[in-house]
Amino acid sequence: MLENIDLSLVNWSRAQFALTAMFHWLFVPLTLGLSFIIAFMETIYLKTGNPEWKRITKFWMKLFGINFAIGVATGIILEFEFGTNWSNYSWFVGDIFGAPLAIEGIMAFFMESTFIAVMFFGWGKVSKKFHLTATWLTAAGANLSALWILVANGWMQNPVGMKFNPETARNEMESFWDVFLSPTAVTKFLHTTTSGYVLAALFVVGISSWFLLKKRHVLFAKRSIVIAAIFGLVSSVMLVASGDGSARDVAKTQPMKFAAMESLYEGQTQAPLIAIGLFGKEHDDPMNRDSDQEFLVKIEIPNMLSYLAFLKVDAFVPGIKDLVLGNEQHNIMSYKEKIIRGYEAQQTLKAFKEAKGVDEEKYNELKARFDDEEWIENYFRYFGYGNYYDPNPEQLELNAFKIVPPISLSFYAFHIMVILGGHFMLLFMVVLWLIYRKKLESNKVVLYTALWTIPLAYIASQAGWIVAEVGRQPWVIQDLMPTMTAVSKIDTSSVMITFWLFTITFVALAIAEVKIMVKQIKNGPKEGGHN
Amino acid sequence: MFGELSHLALQQYWWIIVSLLGALLVFLMFVQGGQTLIYTIGKNDMQRTMLVNTLGRKWEFTFTTLVTFGGAFFASFPLFYSTSFGGAYWVWMAILFAFVLQAIAYEFRSRPNNVFGARTYETFLLINGLFGTVLIGTAVATFFTGSAFSVNEMNQSQWELKSHGLEAALNLHNLSLGLAVFFLARVLGLLYFMNSIKEEEIFARSRKHLIFNAIPFLVFFLTFVIWLMLRDGFAVNPETQEVYMESFKYFNNLMAMPLVLILFLIGVVGVLLGLGASIIKADCTKGIWAAGAGTVLTVFSLLLVAGFNNTSFYPSTFDLQSSLTIQNSSSSHFTLTAMSYVSLMVPFVFAYIWYVWKAMNNKPINEDEMQSDDIHVY
Repeated sequence: MLENIDLSLVNWSRAQFALTAMFHWLFVPLTLGLSFIIAFMETIYLKTGNPEWKRITKFWMKLFGINFAIGVATGIILEFEFGTNWSNYSWFVGDIFGAPLAIEGIMAFFMESTFIAVMFFGWGKVSKKFHLTATWLTAAGANLSALWILVANGWMQNPVGMKFNPETARNEMESFWDVFLSPTAVTKFLHTTTSGYVLAALFVVGISSWFLLKKRHVLFAKRSIVIAAIFGLVSSVMLVASGDGSARDVAKTQPMKFAAMESLYEGQTQAPLIAIGLFGKEHDDPMNRDSDQEFLVKIEIPNMLSYLAFLKVDAFVPGIKDLVLGNEQHNIMSYKEKIIRGYEAQQTLKAFKEAKGVDEEKYNELKARFDDEEWIENYFRYFGYGNYYDPNPEQLELNAFKIVPPISLSFYAFHIMVILGGHFMLLFMVVLWLIYRKKLESNKVVLYTALWTIPLAYIASQAGWIVAEVGRQPWVIQDLMPTMTAVSKIDTSSVMITFWLFTITFVALAIAEVKIMVKQIKNGPKEGGHN
Repeated sequence: MFGELSHLALQQYWWIIVSLLGALLVFLMFVQGGQTLIYTIGKNDMQRTMLVNTLGRKWEFTFTTLVTFGGAFFASFPLFYSTSFGGAYWVWMAILFAFVLQAIAYEFRSRPNNVFGARTYETFLLINGLFGTVLIGTAVATFFTGSAFSVNEMNQSQWELKSHGLEAALNLHNLSLGLAVFFLARVLGLLYFMNSIKEEEIFARSRKHLIFNAIPFLVFFLTFVIWLMLRDGFAVNPETQEVYMESFKYFNNLMAMPLVLILFLIGVVGVLLGLGASIIKADCTKGIWAAGAGTVLTVFSLLLVAGFNNTSFYPSTFDLQSSLTIQNSSSSHFTLTAMSYVSLMVPFVFAYIWYVWKAMNNKPINEDEMQSDDIHVY
């Protein structure tokens, strides 16, 4: 079955989606967090009536505006691409996935776009209180937008609350609340938004540190740092907590992703967590039952992985090979078996379609299977694995190894994210401590560190999405739909052309954005007027 | 409440919502129309700044309405989304690029150090105004003229022409709607300038250009509508769901749905009234409201004609039986029900938009405001 797939089309479509999603995600986290930081600042302005706080608010608001525009510009691309490049996907799961997207538009986007206009153009036109309300509503709108798309993404990682309808050949929603309140969706929302808050806080602390290094706008900078660092520290605590929850959720619902994040080939009890690791030899390609990955260097924390995943030090954490080849002792079904069952489910659907209007009895009998809980649990659940079927057992096993995500990338992205997360939290603490001791201005090392942590925040943020999205490959919908069957049937060359058009556009926009942003920052709060 | 409605009733309810969003989108494209007139109406930097700023305070509504229109379409009629977007790839991609360029153009245009210069960003606005309107009009016209695609028994679709949507822009009937939307957007843009800016030259020039744009608009609009009334349409047999060609189908639809016909006529009269009053009366600034409301009603009723009364709203010329109807392309009963509850928020959204619009447009834009230090100026 695999030979019918045009992999170059799949890869270019993936590349295009990755490009647009990653580029979009350069701007969104700052919007999510900076909107709240501005709202705090304006609240202080209203409480104190001190015009200095208005000046502070407006400076950050200007940077917010520059960043916001490009986030909007890139957001629409993702919405279109679900249809243009992933048309089979948008039918197969549109009944569930479309709803959050529509709700996002109705609830969040209008709120954001209506009140952002007040925020920027309303000074002097509406009362101060109304203006402040608009600023808070813009922040709420931005974060609500994130909520709905993350619910949709959470559902793709852990599909719940739906049932397959063989008549329409798609999954249909059965419980809105199961989709909305799925633990995967909830932890994903919390982890993603708080990561945005941390990034925005680092952005404000970093730029303010630069002002302190230059001995410009000292009071302005210190006030900004206090607000941002407190917000950042509180957010980091939430970030770590939700990250922990997220990891446990992944261990449960996406064990292969979890194994890849830690490059765990052989499962074990009392599994250690690799704190830092550097790979030596790459694993064999194509991967097989003898594959292994060697580390040049690694520092381990004993028992930690078992504890992280299942809150028990002697819990068994399945490795990549346990998942592919199965492990009877720990009751893990092999991918090979799942492929055979998924194939059975696909064949049932095909037979059902063929029987329609031809063989009434068979039609009804096959239809009944899709209502049979036991059959769903034992067969349909593995529907997507069926695409890897091969009658030859040896080839089948090789195919099963294709259902393993890229390991090095998942591993490195995960570790970079975690290590940087720790660094951010520490930085906020140090900065706040030094502010409290009135020693921040003179501590150049910390100020430079804060400045150079800005790019690190972006790296951590991107790394997080790499873990989430590369780590779940080859699935677009976990266990139900592989990425390769989700694409639109268009010419590879068309996708290549749009890929390069996007690349050129993005590079040009990014250059303009950075130059404008740097100029505004250099102008500082006072001279950063309107021209 | 919604759960007790039949699937068909929910499908109709959602077709109404999608049509309403589409209608609002066409009205809000006054922003796009205005963007193509910045150099025609603005003869110096200050005038152009005022034009850009008055549009710049509204562009996000248009943009958000487009995104919500797409999202609502996806959620309620996903088979349309997968078939049309994945098939007519190039049309949607072109529309997409036109809107990506717009979204940054306002914010970047007047910022120091913006690399490409103000003229480049103004060109982006022009591209958006031109291609955004023409292509959206063209894409919507395929609701009546059809496209070449097939849908298999698994509901997976395939486009049957290598041009992947470009062919839609070569169909004259499609193009007549595309150009009608383009000139309508320009007319509405001019009316909006007259309404929101207090500056004599801009007002006089906008008024003068109204007539130049109203004439081509009427020509293309009438071409589209008359052609539509005369052409064969894609009818659906309600019993068997079989799709077949019916003579004068869209004319018959209007006759079969008198309420829609009335809405359509009121809409057309509204547009003409707004236009006429602004051309004839020397100091009329409210033309945008009659023309805007008229636009919404006209487009709304045309979209109802496309989807109601047993009509295929996204017909296939390649394989008639692959044609999409509101019944065979919709989401499940459950999803439509859930979303219908969400739709109850729509009046609330309208209310706050209206409130904010009033607060912000209370005073027309003038030169002083453009030089003010207190507000954000593009």
